[in-house]
Amino acid sequence: MAQPPGRALIVGAGLAALRGAESLRAAGFSGPLTIVGDEPHPPYDRPPLSKHVLTGAVAADATTLPGRHGLAADWQLGTAAVSLDRQARTVHLADGRALPYDRLLIATGTRARPWPNPHEGRLSGVFTLRGRDDAAALRCALAAGPRHVLVIGAGFIGCEVASLCRQLGLPVTLVEPGPTPLSRVLGSTVGGLIGAIHAGHGVAVRCGSEVEWLEAEGGRLVRAHLVDGGSIATDIAVIALGAVRNTDWLEGSGLSADCGGVDCDARGYVLDTDGQPDPHIAAAGDVARFPHPHYGGRRVALEHWSHAVAQGIHAGRLLAGAGPEVPYGALPTFWSTQGDLVVKSAGLTEGADAVAITQGDPAAGRFVALYGREGRCIAAVSVDSARWLPAHAELVAARAPFPPRGAATDRPKAVTILEPGLP
Amino acid sequence: MSPSADASSGPPSGLRVSVDLNLCQAYAQCCYAAPRHFRIEGHEALFYDPAPAAQDRDDIERARVACPVQAIRVEDPERGA
Amino acid sequence: MPDATLLNQVKDFANRPNPYPIYARLRENPVSRQDDGTEEGTWVAATHGTIASLLQDPRVSSETLPPADRPRTGNPLTDLIVKPLKDWMMDRHRVFIFRDPPDHDALRSAVVHQFSRERVQAMRARSDQLVADLLDEKCGAREIDAVDDLAYPLPVTVICELFGVPREDEPKFHGWATQLATALEPDSLSDPEIRAENSRTFDAIGGYMADLIKDKRKHPGDDMLSGLANHATPAGVKMGDYDLIATSILMLVAGHETTVNLITNGLLTLLRHPDELERLRQDPLRAPRLIEELLRYEPPVQFRTRRTLSAIDIAGVTIPEGADLVLLLASGNRDGAVFPDPDRFDPDRVGLRHLGFGGSLHYCVGAPLARFEAEAALTALARRLKAPRLIEDPPPYRSGAALRGPEHLRVAIDGIA
Repeated sequence: MAQPPGRALIVGAGLAALRGAESLRAAGFSGPLTIVGDEPHPPYDRPPLSKHVLTGAVAADATTLPGRHGLAADWQLGTAAVSLDRQARTVHLADGRALPYDRLLIATGTRARPWPNPHEGRLSGVFTLRGRDDAAALRCALAAGPRHVLVIGAGFIGCEVASLCRQLGLPVTLVEPGPTPLSRVLGSTVGGLIGAIHAGHGVAVRCGSEVEWLEAEGGRLVRAHLVDGGSIATDIAVIALGAVRNTDWLEGSGLSADCGGVDCDARGYVLDTDGQPDPHIAAAGDVARFPHPHYGGRRVALEHWSHAVAQGIHAGRLLAGAGPEVPYGALPTFWSTQGDLVVKSAGLTEGADAVAITQGDPAAGRFVALYGREGRCIAAVSVDSARWLPAHAELVAARAPFPPRGAATDRPKAVTILEPGLP
Repeated sequence: MSPSADASSGPPSGLRVSVDLNLCQAYAQCCYAAPRHFRIEGHEALFYDPAPAAQDRDDIERARVACPVQAIRVEDPERGA
Repeated sequence: MPDATLLNQVKDFANRPNPYPIYARLRENPVSRQDDGTEEGTWVAATHGTIASLLQDPRVSSETLPPADRPRTGNPLTDLIVKPLKDWMMDRHRVFIFRDPPDHDALRSAVVHQFSRERVQAMRARSDQLVADLLDEKCGAREIDAVDDLAYPLPVTVICELFGVPREDEPKFHGWATQLATALEPDSLSDPEIRAENSRTFDAIGGYMADLIKDKRKHPGDDMLSGLANHATPAGVKMGDYDLIATSILMLVAGHETTVNLITNGLLTLLRHPDELERLRQDPLRAPRLIEELLRYEPPVQFRTRRTLSAIDIAGVTIPEGADLVLLLASGNRDGAVFPDPDRFDPDRVGLRHLGFGGSLHYCVGAPLARFEAEAALTALARRLKAPRLIEDPPPYRSGAALRGPEHLRVAIDGIA
């Protein structure tokens, strides 16, 4: 029943690629395996890049992931894939070579969304944060003792960098067009509670504001001008405007792909523009947009560490031809370490029509928020309360009635239902 | 830039550690087992050293097996694990 | 007939040497109601999944101790004023294993803050020395009692040194600890005589601790009790005297009554699996994995009790609000759905998520210390005992069903290396 081994090719050399490769081997694939990465580095772990690499506690090059040992893979690093020819089953590389495949895993991930003005984006003092080299460069700049750091965008990376600057004792301003930090993902109710904690640690939070342009002197950033007319003197700006999926190289391949990801079916095979699966190609990690069974088949592309692991493993098994082809549907989970604060989540908040604090006390800085939609639990977020999250994840997985009824330890006597404040 | 067939950073014998921080619930057992390489910051933020020195491998192993949620992964090429 | 319930068979002393077949029968229903004569009944969770789920469920409370109720003395002043006051203080300052957050978290954080990595590392080295000394004392012997000669004195000395209890006072704790450990045995809490004795013991040990705390305030040492008595946590938590007394009693009792079982169960298991004993002798670095497997296979704490604050639907049944729960940790550890071939002792298992130290908020505070003490003891026993043989199998057991372990473990040897 297993296919003949053939040649396996993985495009991308991040977490999903590495776990996909391991899974392919563990599922019995014994043929030649090639892994292509555009960066010169072997697979590394990204979460430390926005945390302990920036504090200097961990060197950027120490983040190499475990798992390469014993893979028997041919690593082609430092050269990007530039196109895919599905008829010829060949991937073309930037250095002109062409790699044939019988099974292909697309795991090219994302890149940081650049500052809209390319000239300003290249100024000295302006950073994005996605790769290992980005983190090393930003670490150098923060270690040099800047007078002020501006973080543009209060998503997870923005909040992590801003709170970490406070740990380093650096003055920092966090500018965010939304009503609160993290409002796009967590809503303004919970985002406001977390933003207040950061403000309490000295982060200058400026919500409802946007940077219009970056001013330089002698090629160095000196000031950011806001749309409302104000300005902020700063020698560092970290652009944290989210990510763009690396799908450019798939143009012309006939696959259904855009800047939001490459489309997959429920099993994980990529879809062509006619919606037909290509049984030789799977996708995993940030770049894969797939119908999530827990959310009514809504198509999502998830930038979560655990998702890269779980979907990488799933795709590896799929391409190895091991076992039945089952839909992938792990409950989405993520964490974000913001300074010393740990924010974790289970489920997806999108579409929530209510939120309630079910454990702890926001005033004490530790709580769990449970999100509901049409009377069912759909997501939960813990703030410095990780041990309560699994019980809430069970409610989400079971689509339990929202709000939860009955007494519980550390639960407010009357659970108040709030507007989540999602965009 | 020329592609390398077996890219690795650091010595080949280097230990590699990663922790699934989704699973981690700050039980801090790793911090007691290998205090030089794991610590809790604040209430539940785990710091870990992703590339500990090889001479500390026994304590790293103690940390790995003691984790109540089995969130720690260690690669130790010298021990073939 | 309540007497016939599986839970009562678990408690039955006759089954102490091997309760595992009863657990296997209990696992036929992941959560079952055991008739205890009350309307709610006692509910037993016996599978890994249901125990893990209930351990982390906020609807499950640890406040299971019945209200304090000291015996009357006949003296009206004592019975009408002192007794209610003492009962009230006792309830208000009960130990944190019987409390829920947020109180639990604050008290525990103070302990964890003092239970520093440095202190534990120091005790790790100290354990090796203590084990060496204890075994040296028996060097000419042809028989040892692993309990009296090693497994009991080691953790007792460690916890007393950690808390700065003077060496000469150590023996006072033996009787106190044995008595107070009954608080973890469900039936003893409904026995008025045992409760009365517990109250008297608590007063005695409490009086001793109050004096010791005063002394630690005047002459602070480099010990945990001095730390707890004199310093707040970074978050500003500092225990009042009554909480401090209760907490230090808890730590001292736990230090006396749990690790002894881990070490003794460990040696017993190794003597029943001589191949594993030999492998440990040749490779002491197997100890950490072996100890985790021991915590699965023969956990020192077999079960813990809880109470439901709301009705809970789980595994096809509804546990009513206000029901007593028994989380049968040792049974979850033998659940074949999670641990293949669960009755086999196999230190090479991977991804072991045992329930030996409980889980979630109440995960054993002393776990790191227990691991180091067990490692020190078991590696030294494996290395130094010459041709060890069990004299009695099964050995005689201590009375506890929750805190379960041999009373004595007599081992014949050809000497100590």
